[in-house]
Amino acid sequence: MIRIQNLHKSFGKNHVLSGVDLDITEGGIFAILGPNGSGKTTLIKSILGMVIPDKGTILVEGVPTKNRSLYRNRIDYLPQIANFPGNLKVCELIRMIKDLRGKVAYDSILIEKFQLAPYLGKKLSTLSGGTRQKLNIVLTFMFDSPLIILDEPTTGLDPISLIQLKQLIHGEKKKGKTILITSHIMSFVEEVSDEIVFLLEGQVYFKGSISSLKSKTQQLDFEHAIASILKDNHAQNIKI
Amino acid sequence: MKHYRIHYILLALTILSVRGYSQNLQVCNGCHISSIKQAIAMANDHDSILVKQGTYKEYGILVDKPVTIVGENYPIIDGELKGEIITVVSDSVTVEGLHIMNVGTSYTEDYAAIRIKKSKHFVVENMVLENLFFGIYLEKSNFGKIAHNKIIGDAIQEYNSGNGIQLWYSNYVDVEHNYIKQVRDGIYLEFSDHCKIKNNVSEANLRYGLHFMFSNHDLYEDNTFRNNGAGVAVMFSKHIKMFNNSFKENWGTASYGMLLKEINDSEIIGNSFEENTTGIHIEGSNRIRYRNNDFVKNGWAIKVRGACYDNQFLENNFLYNSFDISYNSNVNDNRFDRNYWSNYTGYDLNKDGIGDVPHRPVKLFSYVVNRTPETIILLRSLFIDIIDFSEKVSPVFTPDNLLDNNPLIKRL
Amino acid sequence: MLKILKYSFFDLMRSRWSYVYFAFYLLLGVVLLFLNNDLSKAIITLMNIIIILVPLIGTVFGVMYYYNSKEFTELLLAQPLKRSSIFLGQYLGVALSLSMSLILGLGIPFVIYGLFKSNAIWDFSLLLLIGGFLSLIFTALAFNITLSNDNKIKGVGYAILLWLFLAIIYDGIFLMSLILLEAYPLDKLSLAGTMLNPIDLSRILILLKLDISALLGYTGAVFKQFFGTGLGLIVSFLMLITWVAAPLARIIYVCKRKDF
Repeated sequence: MIRIQNLHKSFGKNHVLSGVDLDITEGGIFAILGPNGSGKTTLIKSILGMVIPDKGTILVEGVPTKNRSLYRNRIDYLPQIANFPGNLKVCELIRMIKDLRGKVAYDSILIEKFQLAPYLGKKLSTLSGGTRQKLNIVLTFMFDSPLIILDEPTTGLDPISLIQLKQLIHGEKKKGKTILITSHIMSFVEEVSDEIVFLLEGQVYFKGSISSLKSKTQQLDFEHAIASILKDNHAQNIKI
Repeated sequence: MKHYRIHYILLALTILSVRGYSQNLQVCNGCHISSIKQAIAMANDHDSILVKQGTYKEYGILVDKPVTIVGENYPIIDGELKGEIITVVSDSVTVEGLHIMNVGTSYTEDYAAIRIKKSKHFVVENMVLENLFFGIYLEKSNFGKIAHNKIIGDAIQEYNSGNGIQLWYSNYVDVEHNYIKQVRDGIYLEFSDHCKIKNNVSEANLRYGLHFMFSNHDLYEDNTFRNNGAGVAVMFSKHIKMFNNSFKENWGTASYGMLLKEINDSEIIGNSFEENTTGIHIEGSNRIRYRNNDFVKNGWAIKVRGACYDNQFLENNFLYNSFDISYNSNVNDNRFDRNYWSNYTGYDLNKDGIGDVPHRPVKLFSYVVNRTPETIILLRSLFIDIIDFSEKVSPVFTPDNLLDNNPLIKRL
Repeated sequence: MLKILKYSFFDLMRSRWSYVYFAFYLLLGVVLLFLNNDLSKAIITLMNIIIILVPLIGTVFGVMYYYNSKEFTELLLAQPLKRSSIFLGQYLGVALSLSMSLILGLGIPFVIYGLFKSNAIWDFSLLLLIGGFLSLIFTALAFNITLSNDNKIKGVGYAILLWLFLAIIYDGIFLMSLILLEAYPLDKLSLAGTMLNPIDLSRILILLKLDISALLGYTGAVFKQFFGTGLGLIVSFLMLITWVAAPLARIIYVCKRKDF
């Protein structure tokens, strides 16, 4: 589905990605984890073509992404911060995104699911953070693309919406889709993801299932496993 | 058309009245008098010569007795470029209704279509002059009238072209309702006093639409001077009255609506100066009253150069000129009062129609342009507006006392 | 691109600032015309205001729009759209909505005043045309500033500096250099200096209309040819088009290489 080879990216003197090699096979949920500044968002943005890599190639469905835009038709992306043009109404925004992508959309089912119907006629600038995030989710899932990328999808959601989001993610997985998620909520990651990609210092430090991560770090629960990676790495750094 | 019809009627009336008390000679191509020269030779004093329609190839016609020569339906007198066509040397001669063409050109002699020489009480009327060197040339002739003539030249270069109507040492002459186009100077006066120049149109002339020197006590009224090479130049004269004339579209470096040089004790009232590079250029002229004139869309409405004292600019309209007043010194002895300035930015709180803040019509930028002409390209720039404003607040380069203390709020 | 343009445009046409801008011009037009009652004077005043104000509003508005719609831009970037169409679309949305506010704001009072019956219609059309060009140019310059500066404060600062430079400082330097070099023939230099600043360029078009009598008072042959014939008009318009095209080309170049 996605093949990343020797990906490098630096912002000024800051080397964010230094040789990432990653293969994401088709189907399943992949969580991209890592400490702050490890390059999660940069990696996702590189896949989406929002960040232009210094070196390396990214293939989505076997096609290089460089200087192309149409492959994004195969991706649904949920951005971290959802801010929309304030003067548009909710329904207009939905219509506009549909208009821009021109594909079959499931907006009405999703609107019902997240109970957004009363907000359709409101201006985007009047929405609360949680409602915005719900709208954001609707905008992401309303297309039927084989690859879904979610950047911190749980931000600002109430418990009911969170459950619905999880249902949604499972449903998409069952359809055989590939889903990439970044999140800071470890329980959420543990609950939904099949595989973990752990980024550290701009490289893939670990890739595999949660259970293999636990056994590798000899920890019983997931959160501790993550913590131990970070601790070890920190200790290593001090030694050097 | 209508104009001409009236002329014909006038003409007919003249012929009828003349017939009453004197002999009437007829000239036509087939008659026994077939040339004007022949008719003059046969005529007695105060006879009338009627020239019928046709073409007469004649030049050097000497009118040496008081006769009236009248053309019917504009007979053509073709000089075939050989020399002067009509020369009047007698008093009380009237010439009218002839179409004169092809006056000879010479570098030694000023050939004219009609020359009046040392005569009195002449009338030249309703003439059409075409392809000419000089048009109507008055030489030491007084008490006459030049009216309703149409003078169309084809002048291209100054050195081999002449003037439309020229007065030289000729006093008490009325020049009225003439149309002059494309000669060297449209109307030219030298040493001619007490003349009235009225209702003439003089346009597209190579040099000046109107040009006079050393001619005093003259009146210029209701004339239009348009698109002349150098506009109008008036020099070295006194007691001139210029009323309700229109000076338009005289464009060029040395082109003026009106150039005044050494003109004293005169009145310039009710004229309009529109779209000239310089509306009035004043040099060494004193005690002139400028009143009720309109200066519209000129590059420079008034340019003052050299010593000009005791001039008064009262109740004029200065509308949308690039520069209203330009001085080349910072002394001022002229008075500006109760004018309307479209550039005025003050206010009138007491609603008496007079701005509460005096207006300074001279911009600092006009000095800059005077010094470095290319800077004209920065006209209307915000930077220039700022320096103009600061100069307005505390004058350094512009005459401190040059202000209109009573700028009008509404145009006159 | 047209879709982006459409949405940006409608978004802006509904924003408060478009109304403020529109209302400002409406008020300006009404005050100038109905309190003053002098069409020629109103147009001259408007020309003076427009060549200064439109660039200011174009840059500041363009910069603000870009920063405020940053997240929306990111949303668009994740869509199957070309980067150049996203930015050109947004650019045109801003520039056209600014031009619309200007044209309607000034146009309405002038039409009510009876512009079509007056011969000032050509002056007025020129005025609107220049206003439109300046909106296009300065919004493009604003987008160039923002694409190179992610810091909002810096971006706004540069925008204001740019305006200050082109509207005032440039002419000051220009005037000084003309005076210092007055011993040399200057007509080519002065024309070139004008061409390099879009505000001066617009001013020249206005001078051609309002001050032709004064401009023809200068002797230089190049000047004469430039101002006395249609050449000045043609060259100025070509330069204005270049002034739109060049910053646009840079927008396309930069946006293709930028990380978001």
